[in-house]
Amino acid sequence: MTAYRLVVISAGLSKPSSTRLLADRLAEATVRRLTAEGRDVDVQVVELRDLATDIAHNFVTGFPGPALREAIEAVGGADGLIAVTPIFAASYSGLFKSFFDVIDPDTLTGKPVLIAATGGTARHSLALEHAVRPLFSYLRSVVVPTSVYAATDDWGTTGDRLTDGLPGRIDRAAGELAGLLAGRAPNGPAGGGAAQEEAVVPFEQQLAALRA
Amino acid sequence: MSTMQFGIFTVGDVTPDPTTGRTPTEHERIKATVAIARKAEEVGLDVFATGEHHNPPFVPSSPTTLLGYIAAQTERIVLSTSTTLITTNDPVKIAEDYAVLQHLSDGRVDLMMGRGNTGPVYPWFGKDIRQGIPLAIENYALLHQLWREDVVDWSGRFRTPLQSFTATPRPLDGVPPFVWHGSIRSPEIAEQAAYYGDGFFANNIFWPKEHFQKLVNLYRERYAHYGHGTPEQAIVGLGGQVFMRKNSQDAVREFRPYFDNAPVYGHGPSLEEFTAETPLTVGSPQEVIEKTLAFRDTFGDYQRQLFLMDHAGLPLKTVLEQLDLLGEEVVPVLREEFAKGRPAGVPDAPTHAGRLAAERARQEQDADNAGQTAETVEVAK
Repeated sequence: MTAYRLVVISAGLSKPSSTRLLADRLAEATVRRLTAEGRDVDVQVVELRDLATDIAHNFVTGFPGPALREAIEAVGGADGLIAVTPIFAASYSGLFKSFFDVIDPDTLTGKPVLIAATGGTARHSLALEHAVRPLFSYLRSVVVPTSVYAATDDWGTTGDRLTDGLPGRIDRAAGELAGLLAGRAPNGPAGGGAAQEEAVVPFEQQLAALRA
Repeated sequence: MSTMQFGIFTVGDVTPDPTTGRTPTEHERIKATVAIARKAEEVGLDVFATGEHHNPPFVPSSPTTLLGYIAAQTERIVLSTSTTLITTNDPVKIAEDYAVLQHLSDGRVDLMMGRGNTGPVYPWFGKDIRQGIPLAIENYALLHQLWREDVVDWSGRFRTPLQSFTATPRPLDGVPPFVWHGSIRSPEIAEQAAYYGDGFFANNIFWPKEHFQKLVNLYRERYAHYGHGTPEQAIVGLGGQVFMRKNSQDAVREFRPYFDNAPVYGHGPSLEEFTAETPLTVGSPQEVIEKTLAFRDTFGDYQRQLFLMDHAGLPLKTVLEQLDLLGEEVVPVLREEFAKGRPAGVPDAPTHAGRLAAERARQEQDADNAGQTAETVEVAK
């Protein structure tokens, strides 16, 4: 049976990073949900820190180096994405945004995406809603309703009367992503989404459009 | 005679020399361009092509003035463009300017159509920036007609209609200049080149070859689709960029500051990464030969190879030395090696003489056919 390909993008900078930790927990929860339903899942993690120089070079040269190209192809071929960024200056990190800047905007069309973020204080949690979600709306992704924000405090506390604790929110978001994936057939072997042929409009049609 | 053509193409940038901090004047750069073109002929190259730009830091805004001046000082080299802006130049003016140049140079002219490297050029010439591709399509359709029909009635979307108009002078010997279409990313342009049976030029610099391979493959396939021949008979040109010294290490050491500060790709990846990823070669003539010969594996047998030799602030003296190496050590080997194993059906590079001969053969064939038809009619009676 063909496995779902889940690509996890982490823009955490330190090692170990709480952004990567959150990304891993979201991935685990999603895989757990899908395997419970008898589905296979392949998970690939893309650490943007390792691609930071490549991404900067792509801005300068207009093309991705080999490692970045591989990451972009993985995203293109993925059935679903988990995208996690630290919140810097009230928004996604520059590195996180830059990765999506160098990807063809059509790459993520229709793809289920779970968005999540980390930060020092819960006061920035809505950055997910005013910055990260609109980015993926622009990219025409299907973003799951629950976005997961983990402030430093969340790693050591439980929920309160207004909200679930972090584990509960992770589980709910993962369930939403797994539900979206389970409703679709997997893309199949690598390359399916990335290696598209050049589309060409026949020349007579191009000429005719001018005469209309 | 000319199975494959080898030459150079220039962007015409005025860039400070990073090793001295000195920026040439526009006057120096223009005169240097002429010296480079003359040198290209002297060392045995086949083609000199100039860009067309209308903004600083570039100087070649008037290609036929430049090429006409060079034509007067050379005898053999083909003069071309890289590229002629088919979007913002009036096709009537292109038809006439290049026909004059064709007469003055005794047929040593072809052109490469392109859309330029900057959006703002459209309003400078009264054109709509949003109409890039449609302008390229309509303008070229008119240019194509103006060179092939003595009297043209025409109406279109982007310029005033023409009634009983004759572009003058008529092309030399009734054979229009050969046209290449250059594109960095648009499949529409590959399709356009294929439709007319014109040449397709992939600039093949700055980006990995796989990117251009897709466009060339598309062009070859569509060339066959439109009945001009097999995919292998399509007319393909490629760019390339090299810097050479006898010793590879000397080339790397000397070129590095120019690379690091170059327009377009400077301040990005290292020279080593960039040469691994793109067709740029910095090394010995032998390394240039090997990398260039490998283009054939990616793109198939092709007709024209142009090298970018004079950008990023390289001083004239260095560029002329590079041309010596190119003409003496690289191109003779490339000619010999590319000729080996070249299938019989692969056409030679287009020249005025070749196209004239083909045109005459076609006319004789038509006359024969007409004669035979007349005989058949006689017999039937």
